[in-house]
Amino acid sequence: MLAMNYRGPRRVRADQKPMPEILHPNDAIIRVTRSCICGSDLHLYHGLVPDTRVGMTFGHEFIGVVEEIGPSVEKLKVGDSVIVPFNIACGTCAFCKQELYGNCHESNPQATAVGGIFGYSHTAGGYDGGQAEFVRVPYADVGPTVIPPGMDHDNAVLLTDVVPTGYQAAEMGGIKAGDTVVVFGAGPVGIMAAKCAWLFGAARVIVFDHVEYRLEFVKNYANCEAYNFRSIEDPVLFVKKTTDWLGADVCIDAVGADASGDAMQTITGKKLLLQAGSATALHWAINSVKKGGIVSIVGVYGPTDNLVPIGNVVNKGITIRANQASVKRLLPRLIEHIEAGRLDPKAMITHRVPLEEVADAYHIFSSKLDNCIKTVLIPPSARR
Amino acid sequence: MENLNNDYTHIKGWGIDADPKNEPTYPMKKYTGDDHKRLNWDRPPLQPVNIEVLHSTERPNITAVFGTSTPPSGLSGAIRRYAFQFSENQYMHWLPLLLADRVNVVEGIVDDLKRGHIPNIFAERGMKAELKHNPKGLAKRILVTVAVTSIAYAILKGKSKKR
Ligand SMILES: NC(=O)c1ccc[n+]([C@@H]2O[C@H](COP(=O)([O-])OP(=O)(O)OC[C@H]3O[C@@H](n4cnc5c(N)ncnc54)[C@H](O)[C@@H]3O)[C@@H](O)[C@H]2O)c1
Ligand SMILES: [Zn+2]
Ligand SMILES: [Zn+2]
Repeated sequence: MLAMNYRGPRRVRADQKPMPEILHPNDAIIRVTRSCICGSDLHLYHGLVPDTRVGMTFGHEFIGVVEEIGPSVEKLKVGDSVIVPFNIACGTCAFCKQELYGNCHESNPQATAVGGIFGYSHTAGGYDGGQAEFVRVPYADVGPTVIPPGMDHDNAVLLTDVVPTGYQAAEMGGIKAGDTVVVFGAGPVGIMAAKCAWLFGAARVIVFDHVEYRLEFVKNYANCEAYNFRSIEDPVLFVKKTTDWLGADVCIDAVGADASGDAMQTITGKKLLLQAGSATALHWAINSVKKGGIVSIVGVYGPTDNLVPIGNVVNKGITIRANQASVKRLLPRLIEHIEAGRLDPKAMITHRVPLEEVADAYHIFSSKLDNCIKTVLIPPSARR
Repeated sequence: MENLNNDYTHIKGWGIDADPKNEPTYPMKKYTGDDHKRLNWDRPPLQPVNIEVLHSTERPNITAVFGTSTPPSGLSGAIRRYAFQFSENQYMHWLPLLLADRVNVVEGIVDDLKRGHIPNIFAERGMKAELKHNPKGLAKRILVTVAVTSIAYAILKGKSKKR
Protein backbone atom coordinates (compact mmCIF):
# COMPACT_ATOMS: atom_id res chain seq x y z
CA MET A 1 0.00 0.00 0.00
CA LEU A 2 1.03 3.60 -0.49
CA ALA A 3 2.02 5.53 2.66
CA MET A 4 3.77 8.68 3.72
CA ASN A 5 7.34 7.92 4.79
CA TYR A 6 9.34 10.23 7.09
CA ARG A 7 13.02 10.43 6.07
CA GLY A 8 14.27 13.20 8.39
CA PRO A 9 13.53 16.83 9.21
CA ARG A 10 11.73 18.44 6.24
CA ARG A 11 12.10 15.28 4.15
CA VAL A 12 9.11 13.05 3.46
CA ARG A 13 7.91 10.98 0.54
CA ALA A 14 5.24 8.49 -0.48
CA ASP A 15 6.42 4.88 -0.59
CA GLN A 16 5.03 1.39 -0.85
CA LYS A 17 4.78 -0.23 2.59
CA PRO A 18 3.40 -3.54 3.89
CA MET A 19 -0.33 -3.65 4.70
CA PRO A 20 -1.12 -3.18 8.40
CA GLU A 21 -2.38 -6.23 10.25
CA ILE A 22 -4.74 -6.97 13.11
CA LEU A 23 -2.42 -7.35 16.14
CA HIS A 24 -4.94 -7.21 18.98
CA PRO A 25 -8.47 -8.63 19.21
CA ASN A 26 -10.01 -5.15 19.36
CA ASP A 27 -8.11 -3.79 16.35
CA ALA A 28 -9.65 -2.71 13.07
CA ILE A 29 -8.02 -2.00 9.73
CA ILE A 30 -9.40 1.13 8.11
CA ARG A 31 -9.14 1.94 4.41
CA VAL A 32 -8.41 5.66 4.53
CA THR A 33 -10.51 7.92 2.32
CA ARG A 34 -9.16 11.26 3.52
CA SER A 35 -6.39 12.34 5.88
CA CYS A 36 -5.20 15.80 6.83
CA ILE A 37 -1.88 17.43 7.57
CA CYS A 38 -2.00 19.17 10.95
CA GLY A 39 0.06 21.87 12.65
CA SER A 40 1.06 19.08 15.04
CA ASP A 41 2.62 17.20 12.12
CA LEU A 42 4.79 20.24 11.51
CA HIS A 43 6.45 19.78 14.92
CA LEU A 44 7.45 16.28 13.77
CA TYR A 45 8.34 17.47 10.25
CA HIS A 46 10.63 20.14 11.71
CA GLY A 47 12.38 17.55 13.89
CA LEU A 48 11.26 19.00 17.23
CA VAL A 49 9.76 15.85 18.78
CA PRO A 50 12.21 13.33 20.30
CA ASP A 51 12.01 9.69 19.14
CA THR A 52 10.64 10.48 15.68
CA ARG A 53 12.03 7.51 13.77
CA VAL A 54 12.92 7.44 10.10
CA GLY A 55 10.46 5.25 8.21
CA MET A 56 7.40 6.17 10.25
CA THR A 57 4.10 7.14 8.63
CA PHE A 58 2.50 10.26 10.12
CA GLY A 59 -1.17 11.19 10.16
CA HIS A 60 -3.60 11.42 13.06
CA GLU A 61 -6.53 13.08 11.29
CA PHE A 62 -8.26 10.56 9.06
CA ILE A 63 -11.56 8.98 8.17
CA GLY A 64 -12.19 5.84 6.19
CA VAL A 65 -14.04 2.60 5.67
CA VAL A 66 -13.72 -0.41 7.97
CA GLU A 67 -11.86 -3.05 5.94
CA GLU A 68 -11.30 -5.74 8.58
CA ILE A 69 -12.11 -6.18 12.28
CA GLY A 70 -10.52 -8.16 15.09
CA PRO A 71 -12.48 -10.96 16.83
CA SER A 72 -13.65 -8.87 19.80
CA VAL A 73 -14.88 -5.84 17.86
CA GLU A 74 -18.61 -5.38 18.41
CA LYS A 75 -19.51 -1.81 17.54
CA LEU A 76 -18.12 -1.65 14.01
CA LYS A 77 -18.73 -3.78 10.98
CA VAL A 78 -16.86 -4.11 7.73
CA GLY A 79 -17.98 -1.36 5.35
CA ASP A 80 -18.83 1.25 8.02
CA SER A 81 -17.54 4.75 7.28
CA VAL A 82 -15.92 6.08 10.43
CA ILE A 83 -14.44 9.16 12.06
CA VAL A 84 -11.32 8.07 13.96
CA PRO A 85 -10.39 10.39 16.87
CA PHE A 86 -6.68 11.20 16.94
CA ASN A 87 -6.34 9.89 20.50
CA ILE A 88 -5.91 6.15 20.99
CA ALA A 89 -7.98 5.36 24.10
CA CYS A 90 -8.78 2.08 25.85
CA GLY A 91 -12.02 3.21 27.46
CA THR A 92 -11.31 1.26 30.66
CA CYS A 93 -8.38 2.91 32.48
CA ALA A 94 -9.06 5.43 35.24
CA PHE A 95 -8.43 8.34 32.89
CA CYS A 96 -10.64 7.14 30.06
CA LYS A 97 -13.42 6.55 32.60
CA GLN A 98 -13.18 10.22 33.47
CA GLU A 99 -13.56 11.02 29.77
CA LEU A 100 -9.94 12.13 29.58
CA TYR A 101 -9.57 10.22 26.32
CA GLY A 102 -6.48 12.22 25.40
CA ASN A 103 -4.73 10.86 28.50
CA CYS A 104 -5.26 7.09 28.23
CA HIS A 105 -2.81 5.00 30.25
CA GLU A 106 -3.04 1.88 28.08
CA SER A 107 -1.97 3.16 24.68
CA ASN A 108 1.57 4.50 24.93
CA PRO A 109 4.36 2.40 26.46
CA GLN A 110 7.07 4.93 25.61
CA ALA A 111 5.82 7.85 27.68
CA THR A 112 3.41 8.31 30.56
CA ALA A 113 3.04 12.04 29.97
CA VAL A 114 1.08 11.62 26.75
CA GLY A 115 -1.50 9.12 25.52
CA GLY A 116 -1.20 7.19 22.27
CA ILE A 117 -1.67 9.22 19.10
CA PHE A 118 -1.73 7.87 15.55
CA GLY A 119 1.40 8.63 13.52
CA TYR A 120 2.96 10.84 16.12
CA SER A 121 6.46 9.49 16.88
CA HIS A 122 7.35 6.88 19.47
CA THR A 123 6.93 9.47 22.17
CA ALA A 124 3.20 9.06 21.43
CA GLY A 125 3.18 5.27 21.12
CA GLY A 126 4.94 4.41 17.86
CA TYR A 127 1.83 3.92 15.73
CA ASP A 128 1.97 4.29 11.97
CA GLY A 129 -0.61 6.90 11.04
CA GLY A 130 -3.31 7.56 8.53
CA GLN A 131 -1.47 9.39 5.75
CA ALA A 132 -1.64 6.07 3.96
CA GLU A 133 -4.07 3.84 2.14
CA PHE A 134 -4.67 1.65 5.19
CA VAL A 135 -4.11 2.04 8.91
CA ARG A 136 -4.36 -0.13 12.00
CA VAL A 137 -6.81 1.31 14.55
CA PRO A 138 -6.55 -0.16 18.08
CA TYR A 139 -9.51 -0.13 20.51
CA ALA A 140 -11.92 -0.09 17.59
CA ASP A 141 -14.91 -0.28 19.96
CA VAL A 142 -13.88 2.88 21.80
CA GLY A 143 -12.78 5.71 19.52
CA PRO A 144 -14.13 5.24 16.00
CA THR A 145 -17.57 6.74 15.43
CA VAL A 146 -19.76 6.02 12.41
CA ILE A 147 -20.12 9.12 10.23
CA PRO A 148 -23.70 10.35 10.65
CA PRO A 149 -25.76 9.93 7.49
CA GLY A 150 -25.75 13.05 5.39
CA MET A 151 -22.61 14.50 6.93
CA ASP A 152 -20.12 15.88 4.41
CA HIS A 153 -16.94 13.81 4.66
CA ASP A 154 -14.84 16.98 4.60
CA ASN A 155 -16.56 17.98 7.84
CA ALA A 156 -16.14 14.46 9.20
CA VAL A 157 -12.37 14.44 8.72
CA LEU A 158 -12.05 17.73 10.61
CA LEU A 159 -13.95 16.20 13.54
CA THR A 160 -10.98 13.89 14.18
CA ASP A 161 -8.97 16.77 15.69
CA VAL A 162 -9.28 20.40 14.57
CA VAL A 163 -12.92 21.00 15.55
CA PRO A 164 -12.73 19.30 18.96
CA THR A 165 -9.37 20.92 19.69
CA GLY A 166 -10.58 24.43 18.83
CA TYR A 167 -13.76 23.83 20.79
CA GLN A 168 -11.94 22.46 23.84
CA ALA A 169 -9.56 25.44 23.72
CA ALA A 170 -12.58 27.71 24.17
CA GLU A 171 -14.19 25.38 26.70
CA MET A 172 -11.04 25.22 28.84
CA GLY A 173 -10.99 29.01 28.77
CA GLY A 174 -14.08 28.86 30.99
CA ILE A 175 -15.45 31.72 28.87
CA LYS A 176 -18.26 33.69 30.56
CA ALA A 177 -20.84 35.71 28.65
CA GLY A 178 -19.24 39.09 28.02
CA ASP A 179 -15.61 37.91 28.11
CA THR A 180 -12.89 39.24 25.84
CA VAL A 181 -11.02 36.30 24.37
CA VAL A 182 -7.61 36.53 22.69
CA VAL A 183 -6.50 33.68 20.45
CA PHE A 184 -2.85 33.36 19.44
CA GLY A 185 -2.53 31.58 16.10
CA ALA A 186 -4.77 31.67 13.03
CA GLY A 187 -4.04 28.14 11.88
CA PRO A 188 -6.99 25.74 11.65
CA VAL A 189 -6.98 25.22 15.44
CA GLY A 190 -6.90 28.93 16.30
CA ILE A 191 -9.55 29.68 13.67
CA MET A 192 -11.82 27.05 15.19
CA ALA A 193 -11.10 28.27 18.74
CA ALA A 194 -12.09 31.80 17.71
CA LYS A 195 -15.25 30.52 16.10
CA CYS A 196 -16.18 28.42 19.16
CA ALA A 197 -15.46 31.23 21.64
CA TRP A 198 -18.76 32.80 20.54
CA LEU A 199 -20.66 29.62 21.36
CA PHE A 200 -19.64 30.14 24.98
CA GLY A 201 -20.81 33.74 24.96
CA ALA A 202 -17.66 35.75 24.28
CA ALA A 203 -18.31 39.44 23.72
CA ARG A 204 -15.14 40.10 21.82
CA VAL A 205 -12.72 37.78 20.04
CA ILE A 206 -9.26 38.93 18.94
CA VAL A 207 -6.85 36.77 16.92
CA PHE A 208 -3.11 37.28 16.39
CA ASP A 209 -0.93 35.80 13.66
CA HIS A 210 1.60 37.09 11.17
CA VAL A 211 0.34 35.40 8.04
CA GLU A 212 -1.87 37.94 6.28
CA TYR A 213 -4.08 35.58 4.31
CA ARG A 214 -4.90 33.62 7.45
CA LEU A 215 -5.79 36.81 9.32
CA GLU A 216 -8.04 37.81 6.43
CA PHE A 217 -9.71 34.40 6.52
CA VAL A 218 -10.30 34.26 10.27
CA LYS A 219 -11.70 37.78 10.35
CA ASN A 220 -14.49 36.80 7.98
CA TYR A 221 -14.94 33.18 8.99
CA ALA A 222 -15.02 33.72 12.74
CA ASN A 223 -16.46 37.26 12.82
CA CYS A 224 -13.53 38.39 14.93
CA GLU A 225 -10.86 41.06 15.05
CA ALA A 226 -7.55 39.91 13.60
CA TYR A 227 -4.15 41.56 13.90
CA ASN A 228 -0.70 40.97 12.49
CA PHE A 229 1.72 40.89 15.41
CA ARG A 230 4.54 42.00 13.10
CA SER A 231 2.80 45.29 12.40
CA ILE A 232 2.16 46.10 16.07
CA GLU A 233 5.19 46.53 18.19
CA ASP A 234 4.15 44.51 21.20
CA PRO A 235 1.05 42.31 21.16
CA VAL A 236 0.86 42.25 24.96
CA LEU A 237 0.79 46.02 25.22
CA PHE A 238 -1.74 46.10 22.40
CA VAL A 239 -4.06 43.76 24.33
CA LYS A 240 -3.67 45.81 27.51
CA LYS A 241 -4.55 49.04 25.71
CA THR A 242 -7.58 47.59 23.99
CA THR A 243 -8.99 46.11 27.23
CA ASP A 244 -8.94 49.27 29.35
CA TRP A 245 -5.40 48.39 30.48
CA LEU A 246 -6.50 45.24 32.34
CA GLY A 247 -5.80 42.40 29.95
CA ALA A 248 -8.03 39.83 28.28
CA ASP A 249 -10.31 37.61 30.35
CA VAL A 250 -9.14 34.53 28.50
CA CYS A 251 -6.06 33.88 26.34
CA ILE A 252 -5.72 30.82 24.13
CA ASP A 253 -2.39 29.46 22.87
CA ALA A 254 -3.18 27.82 19.53
CA VAL A 255 0.37 28.03 18.21
CA GLY A 256 2.63 25.66 20.16
CA ALA A 257 6.28 24.81 19.64
CA ASP A 258 6.72 26.33 16.18
CA ALA A 259 5.95 29.89 17.25
CA SER A 260 7.77 32.82 15.68
CA GLY A 261 7.95 36.44 16.78
CA ASP A 262 10.73 36.37 19.37
CA ALA A 263 14.35 35.85 18.31
CA MET A 264 15.51 34.45 21.68
CA GLN A 265 12.72 31.87 21.76
CA THR A 266 13.28 30.94 18.12
CA ILE A 267 17.03 30.45 18.52
CA THR A 268 16.91 28.53 21.80
CA GLY A 269 13.76 26.58 20.94
CA LYS A 270 13.88 25.86 17.23
CA LYS A 271 17.53 26.16 16.20
CA LEU A 272 19.52 24.93 19.22
CA LEU A 273 16.74 22.72 20.67
CA LEU A 274 17.72 23.92 24.16
CA GLN A 275 14.02 24.08 24.96
CA ALA A 276 11.13 22.01 23.64
CA GLY A 277 10.32 24.40 20.81
CA SER A 278 9.70 28.11 21.02
CA ALA A 279 7.18 29.27 23.63
CA THR A 280 6.54 32.77 22.26
CA ALA A 281 2.78 32.49 22.02
CA LEU A 282 2.46 31.05 25.51
CA HIS A 283 4.67 33.81 26.85
CA TRP A 284 2.41 36.39 25.22
CA ALA A 285 -0.74 34.63 26.45
CA ILE A 286 0.42 34.68 30.08
CA ASN A 287 1.37 38.33 29.87
CA SER A 288 -1.80 39.41 28.01
CA VAL A 289 -4.37 37.85 30.31
CA LYS A 290 -5.87 39.84 33.19
CA LYS A 291 -5.19 39.10 36.85
CA GLY A 292 -7.19 36.05 37.83
CA GLY A 293 -7.64 35.27 34.15
CA ILE A 294 -7.41 31.97 32.36
CA VAL A 295 -4.82 30.77 29.88
CA SER A 296 -5.96 27.82 27.81
CA ILE A 297 -3.19 25.91 26.03
CA VAL A 298 -3.81 23.57 23.13
CA GLY A 299 -0.59 24.43 21.29
CA VAL A 300 1.70 21.42 21.47
CA TYR A 301 5.16 21.51 23.05
CA GLY A 302 7.84 18.85 23.30
CA PRO A 303 8.43 16.83 26.47
CA THR A 304 11.53 18.56 27.87
CA ASP A 305 10.82 22.11 29.04
CA ASN A 306 10.17 25.67 27.92
CA LEU A 307 10.96 29.20 29.01
CA VAL A 308 7.78 30.89 30.20
CA PRO A 309 7.20 33.71 32.71
CA ILE A 310 5.93 31.44 35.46
CA GLY A 311 6.48 34.21 38.03
CA ASN A 312 3.74 36.21 36.34
CA VAL A 313 1.43 33.23 36.50
CA VAL A 314 1.84 33.23 40.27
CA ASN A 315 1.72 36.98 40.80
CA LYS A 316 -1.31 37.49 38.59
CA GLY A 317 -3.16 34.47 39.95
CA ILE A 318 -3.59 32.99 36.51
CA THR A 319 -5.25 29.63 36.01
CA ILE A 320 -3.70 27.52 33.27
CA ARG A 321 -5.80 24.84 31.65
CA ALA A 322 -4.38 22.62 28.98
CA ASN A 323 -4.79 19.25 27.36
CA GLN A 324 -4.81 17.18 24.26
CA ALA A 325 -8.40 17.40 23.06
CA SER A 326 -10.68 14.64 24.31
CA VAL A 327 -12.16 14.03 20.88
CA LYS A 328 -14.56 11.23 21.78
CA ARG A 329 -16.07 13.21 24.66
CA LEU A 330 -16.84 16.15 22.40
CA LEU A 331 -17.99 14.41 19.22
CA PRO A 332 -21.75 14.20 19.97
CA ARG A 333 -22.05 17.92 20.74
CA LEU A 334 -19.89 18.94 17.78
CA ILE A 335 -21.88 16.79 15.37
CA GLU A 336 -24.97 18.71 16.59
CA HIS A 337 -23.25 22.03 15.98
CA ILE A 338 -22.30 21.02 12.44
CA GLU A 339 -25.75 19.63 11.64
CA ALA A 340 -27.37 22.83 12.95
CA GLY A 341 -25.05 24.92 10.78
CA ARG A 342 -23.39 26.60 13.77
CA LEU A 343 -19.99 25.31 12.68
CA ASP A 344 -18.82 24.87 9.10
CA PRO A 345 -15.36 23.32 9.37
CA LYS A 346 -14.93 22.27 5.74
CA ALA A 347 -14.63 25.93 4.69
CA MET A 348 -11.08 25.80 6.12
CA ILE A 349 -9.93 23.22 3.58
CA THR A 350 -7.87 24.97 0.92
CA HIS A 351 -5.86 22.09 -0.54
CA ARG A 352 -6.78 18.62 -1.74
CA VAL A 353 -3.66 16.73 -2.74
CA PRO A 354 -3.04 13.17 -3.97
CA LEU A 355 -1.12 11.19 -1.34
CA GLU A 356 1.63 10.68 -3.93
CA GLU A 357 2.45 14.40 -3.66
CA VAL A 358 2.83 14.34 0.12
CA ALA A 359 6.29 16.00 0.03
CA ASP A 360 4.93 19.07 -1.77
CA ALA A 361 1.88 19.12 0.48
CA TYR A 362 4.02 19.24 3.65
CA HIS A 363 6.23 21.96 2.25
CA ILE A 364 3.27 24.10 1.17
CA PHE A 365 1.59 23.77 4.58
CA SER A 366 4.81 24.32 6.51
CA SER A 367 5.93 27.36 4.51
CA LYS A 368 2.39 28.81 4.27
CA LEU A 369 2.55 28.91 0.46
CA ASP A 370 -0.38 29.25 -1.93
CA ASN A 371 -2.69 30.64 0.82
CA CYS A 372 -2.78 27.22 2.48
CA ILE A 373 -4.92 26.77 5.59
CA LYS A 374 -5.84 23.08 5.71
CA THR A 375 -4.65 20.28 3.46
CA VAL A 376 -6.42 17.01 2.80
CA LEU A 377 -4.49 14.08 1.33
CA ILE A 378 -6.43 11.67 -0.85
CA PRO A 379 -4.98 8.16 -1.24
CA PRO A 380 -5.08 6.61 -4.72
CA SER A 381 -7.54 3.91 -3.61
CA ALA A 382 -10.03 6.62 -2.61
CA ARG A 383 -9.86 8.32 -5.99
CA ARG A 384 -10.80 5.32 -8.07
CA MET B 1 -11.45 50.95 22.98
CA GLU B 2 -13.68 49.76 20.17
CA ASN B 3 -17.41 50.04 20.52
CA LEU B 4 -18.89 46.84 21.89
CA ASN B 5 -21.86 45.81 19.90
CA ASN B 6 -24.07 43.83 22.22
CA ASP B 7 -26.25 42.29 19.55
CA TYR B 8 -24.86 38.92 18.56
CA THR B 9 -27.83 37.69 16.54
CA HIS B 10 -25.60 37.58 13.46
CA ILE B 11 -23.53 34.83 15.10
CA LYS B 12 -25.31 31.54 14.82
CA GLY B 13 -25.36 29.78 18.19
CA TRP B 14 -23.98 32.69 20.22
CA GLY B 15 -23.86 31.75 23.90
CA ILE B 16 -25.50 28.38 23.31
CA ASP B 17 -22.81 26.50 25.25
CA ALA B 18 -22.29 29.11 27.97
CA ASP B 19 -21.96 27.21 31.22
CA PRO B 20 -21.62 29.22 34.42
CA LYS B 21 -20.65 26.01 36.22
CA ASN B 22 -17.55 25.61 34.07
CA GLU B 23 -15.30 27.32 36.58
CA PRO B 24 -11.56 26.93 36.13
CA THR B 25 -11.24 26.08 39.78
CA TYR B 26 -13.49 23.11 39.13
CA PRO B 27 -11.45 20.91 36.84
CA MET B 28 -13.20 19.57 33.84
CA LYS B 29 -13.21 15.93 34.58
CA LYS B 30 -15.84 13.47 35.53
CA TYR B 31 -15.04 12.37 39.06
CA THR B 32 -15.59 8.65 39.20
CA GLY B 33 -13.31 7.77 42.09
CA ASP B 34 -11.44 5.44 39.77
CA ASP B 35 -8.15 7.21 40.27
CA HIS B 36 -8.15 6.09 43.90
CA LYS B 37 -8.14 2.49 42.79
CA ARG B 38 -4.69 3.33 41.39
CA LEU B 39 -3.53 0.89 38.73
CA ASN B 40 -6.28 -1.64 39.45
CA TRP B 41 -8.56 -1.24 36.46
CA ASP B 42 -9.50 -4.30 34.40
CA ARG B 43 -6.84 -4.17 31.75
CA PRO B 44 -7.84 -4.74 28.13
CA PRO B 45 -6.44 -7.93 26.58
CA LEU B 46 -2.73 -7.50 25.89
CA GLN B 47 -1.29 -7.15 22.39
CA PRO B 48 1.40 -9.84 21.99
CA VAL B 49 4.89 -8.38 22.11
CA ASN B 50 6.68 -9.69 19.00
CA ILE B 51 8.97 -6.73 18.44
CA GLU B 52 11.25 -4.69 20.66
CA VAL B 53 9.18 -2.11 22.53
CA LEU B 54 11.00 0.36 24.73
CA HIS B 55 8.91 1.45 27.69
CA SER B 56 9.09 4.41 29.98
CA THR B 57 10.66 3.70 33.37
CA GLU B 58 7.75 5.62 34.82
CA ARG B 59 5.41 2.69 34.27
CA PRO B 60 5.69 -0.95 35.32
CA ASN B 61 4.78 -2.54 32.01
CA ILE B 62 4.04 -2.16 28.32
CA THR B 63 0.58 -0.74 27.60
CA ALA B 64 -2.16 -3.11 26.42
CA VAL B 65 -1.67 -1.88 22.87
CA PHE B 66 1.30 -0.23 21.24
CA GLY B 67 2.52 0.81 17.81
CA THR B 68 4.75 -1.46 15.77
CA SER B 69 6.25 1.15 13.46
CA THR B 70 10.03 1.15 13.05
CA PRO B 71 11.43 -0.82 16.05
CA PRO B 72 14.83 0.39 17.31
CA SER B 73 17.69 -0.69 15.05
CA GLY B 74 21.33 0.10 14.34
CA LEU B 75 23.30 2.76 16.14
CA SER B 76 20.23 4.96 16.63
CA GLY B 77 18.50 1.98 18.24
CA ALA B 78 21.39 1.51 20.65
CA ILE B 79 21.17 5.19 21.61
CA ARG B 80 17.42 4.89 22.12
CA ARG B 81 17.88 1.85 24.39
CA TYR B 82 20.35 3.87 26.44
CA ALA B 83 17.91 6.81 26.64
CA PHE B 84 15.14 4.58 27.93
CA GLN B 85 17.17 3.77 31.06
CA PHE B 86 16.28 7.25 32.27
CA SER B 87 12.87 8.50 33.27
CA GLU B 88 10.87 11.07 31.34
CA ASN B 89 11.98 13.50 34.02
CA GLN B 90 15.62 13.42 32.87
CA TYR B 91 17.44 15.27 30.09
CA MET B 92 19.40 12.05 29.68
CA HIS B 93 16.19 10.55 28.36
CA TRP B 94 15.24 13.21 25.80
CA LEU B 95 18.56 14.55 24.54
CA PRO B 96 19.94 11.16 23.46
CA LEU B 97 16.61 10.52 21.74
CA LEU B 98 17.03 13.70 19.70
CA LEU B 99 20.59 12.60 18.88
CA ALA B 100 19.31 9.16 17.86
CA ASP B 101 16.78 10.84 15.56
CA ARG B 102 19.59 12.64 13.72
CA VAL B 103 21.76 9.49 13.50
CA ASN B 104 18.68 7.71 12.18
CA VAL B 105 18.49 10.17 9.24
CA VAL B 106 21.95 9.09 8.08
CA GLU B 107 20.99 5.43 8.57
CA GLY B 108 17.91 6.13 6.44
CA ILE B 109 20.02 7.38 3.56
CA VAL B 110 22.38 4.39 3.85
CA ASP B 111 19.35 2.06 3.83
CA ASP B 112 17.98 3.73 0.74
CA LEU B 113 21.31 3.37 -1.06
CA LYS B 114 21.62 -0.28 0.04
CA ARG B 115 18.26 -0.95 -1.58
CA GLY B 116 19.53 0.73 -4.75
CA HIS B 117 17.39 3.81 -4.20
CA ILE B 118 19.04 7.21 -4.47
CA PRO B 119 16.81 9.49 -2.40
CA ASN B 120 15.63 12.51 -4.36
CA ILE B 121 16.19 14.98 -1.56
CA PHE B 122 15.05 17.90 -3.73
CA ALA B 123 11.66 16.23 -4.20
CA GLU B 124 11.46 14.99 -0.58
CA ARG B 125 11.87 18.57 0.61
CA GLY B 126 8.92 19.65 -1.51
CA MET B 127 11.04 21.87 -3.74
CA LYS B 128 8.76 21.20 -6.71
CA ALA B 129 6.08 23.10 -4.80
CA GLU B 130 8.59 25.78 -3.82
CA LEU B 131 9.45 26.24 -7.50
CA LYS B 132 5.78 26.59 -8.37
CA HIS B 133 4.60 28.81 -5.51
CA ASN B 134 7.73 30.62 -4.37
CA PRO B 135 10.26 30.68 -7.25
CA LYS B 136 12.02 33.73 -5.80
CA GLY B 137 12.46 31.92 -2.47
CA LEU B 138 13.90 28.91 -4.27
CA ALA B 139 16.33 31.09 -6.23
CA LYS B 140 17.42 32.70 -2.96
CA ARG B 141 17.92 29.28 -1.34
CA ILE B 142 20.06 28.13 -4.25
CA LEU B 143 22.13 31.34 -4.29
CA VAL B 144 22.71 31.14 -0.53
CA THR B 145 23.76 27.49 -0.77
CA VAL B 146 26.13 28.21 -3.66
CA ALA B 147 27.57 31.24 -1.87
CA VAL B 148 28.09 29.37 1.41
CA THR B 149 29.73 26.38 -0.29
CA SER B 150 32.04 28.52 -2.41
CA ILE B 151 33.10 30.61 0.60
CA ALA B 152 33.71 27.46 2.63
CA TYR B 153 35.63 25.97 -0.30
CA ALA B 154 37.73 29.13 -0.68
CA ILE B 155 38.53 29.17 3.03
CA LEU B 156 39.46 25.49 3.08
CA LYS B 157 41.57 25.86 -0.05
CA GLY B 158 43.31 28.93 1.43
CA LYS B 159 44.05 27.00 4.61
CA SER B 160 45.48 23.99 2.81
CA LYS B 161 47.72 26.25 0.69
CA LYS B 162 49.19 27.86 3.81
CA ARG B 163 50.14 24.50 5.26
N1 LIG C 1 -4.05 19.94 22.10
C1 LIG C 1 -4.48 19.27 21.05
O1 LIG C 1 -5.25 18.35 21.16
C2 LIG C 1 -4.04 19.70 19.68
C3 LIG C 1 -4.65 19.16 18.56
C4 LIG C 1 -4.30 19.66 17.30
C5 LIG C 1 -3.33 20.61 17.17
N2 LIG C 1 -2.71 21.08 18.29
C6 LIG C 1 -1.67 22.11 18.22
O2 LIG C 1 -2.26 23.36 17.96
C7 LIG C 1 -1.29 24.19 17.34
C8 LIG C 1 -1.87 24.83 16.11
O3 LIG C 1 -2.23 23.85 15.14
P1 LIG C 1 -2.61 24.30 13.66
O4 LIG C 1 -2.97 23.07 12.91
O5 LIG C 1 -3.58 25.40 13.70
O6 LIG C 1 -1.15 24.79 13.17
P2 LIG C 1 -0.63 25.86 12.11
O7 LIG C 1 0.84 25.68 12.06
O8 LIG C 1 -1.40 25.79 10.84
O9 LIG C 1 -0.99 27.26 12.79
C9 LIG C 1 -0.20 27.93 13.71
C10 LIG C 1 -0.31 29.42 13.40
O10 LIG C 1 0.33 30.17 14.41
C11 LIG C 1 0.96 31.28 13.80
N3 LIG C 1 1.97 31.82 14.71
C12 LIG C 1 3.30 31.55 14.79
N4 LIG C 1 3.85 32.22 15.82
C13 LIG C 1 2.86 32.93 16.40
C14 LIG C 1 2.80 33.81 17.52
N5 LIG C 1 3.90 34.07 18.24
N6 LIG C 1 1.60 34.36 17.84
C15 LIG C 1 0.49 34.11 17.11
N7 LIG C 1 0.47 33.27 16.04
C16 LIG C 1 1.65 32.69 15.70
C17 LIG C 1 1.49 30.71 12.51
O11 LIG C 1 1.74 31.74 11.57
C18 LIG C 1 0.34 29.80 12.07
O12 LIG C 1 -0.60 30.45 11.24
C19 LIG C 1 -0.09 23.29 17.06
O13 LIG C 1 0.84 23.43 18.11
C20 LIG C 1 -0.68 21.92 17.12
O14 LIG C 1 0.29 20.96 17.47
C21 LIG C 1 -3.07 20.64 19.53
ZN1 LIG D 1 -4.00 17.34 14.36
ZN1 LIG E 1 -7.54 4.40 28.71
